[in-house]
Amino acid sequence: MSEEALRFHFDVDGDDFTSAGQASVQVKKLLRELGVSTDVIRRVSIAMYEGEINMVIHAGGGKADVIVDETAVTIVLTDEGPGIPNIAQAMQEGYSTAPDNVRSLGFGAGMGLPNMKRYTDHMEIESQLGQGTVITMRVDL
Amino acid sequence: MEIRQIQEVLEAQMIVGEDSLDKDVHSACGSDMMSDVLAYVKDQAVLLTGLVNAQVIRTAQMMDMICVVFVRSKQPTADMVELAQEAGITLMSTKKRMYEACGLLYASGLGNGAGA
Repeated sequence: MSEEALRFHFDVDGDDFTSAGQASVQVKKLLRELGVSTDVIRRVSIAMYEGEINMVIHAGGGKADVIVDETAVTIVLTDEGPGIPNIAQAMQEGYSTAPDNVRSLGFGAGMGLPNMKRYTDHMEIESQLGQGTVITMRVDL
Repeated sequence: MEIRQIQEVLEAQMIVGEDSLDKDVHSACGSDMMSDVLAYVKDQAVLLTGLVNAQVIRTAQMMDMICVVFVRSKQPTADMVELAQEAGITLMSTKKRMYEACGLLYASGLGNGAGA
């Protein structure tokens, strides 16, 4: 892998639940082409996929940036949604504010953020009510 | 167990992926909650579910699963079939309900991968 970091940018469409996950699928392919290990690829793609689903459910979509350097894969998810009022509460497994129709789609069990933390080596959430949320996740190579 | 045996045990209708019938799988899981699949599943190659939407295929893809079985005669939509084809995931549908389908596979030697 070259010494310079590789950067990829994706727009996450907030209008269409069906398309949620497209960016994660692309990242999975890119990482595979770069020869990243299967375990890292899976952890990155699950964390990013949960993040994408969250942005579609809660924030009307957003942006995903993925940076690959020699030591780690970093995922930055940025949205202009309502923000997270209580991050500690949102991090609890089983806590969810997703509407019922999302649950009928197989999500909204309050596992999204905990899963993102579980599968990454470092996760940071910055959120401002009424302005949006930035989640930065890192998976070490 | 080969995917072919899963089809036989569940008397399932093959939807896409006939060329993968001889692929070997060692574990499976059953859930309608994709969040739980993403949280708890590790190295299971087969997903049994009664949920029908595109995120079932994406979840399977993220987890490197190679076969999805729809229970209770559920049928995937055209866009799901297309996604599965692109991802190389076999889809089939069985009339059996979740409990019975899981039980039959388990009794036939397909475990959940835990403690194996």
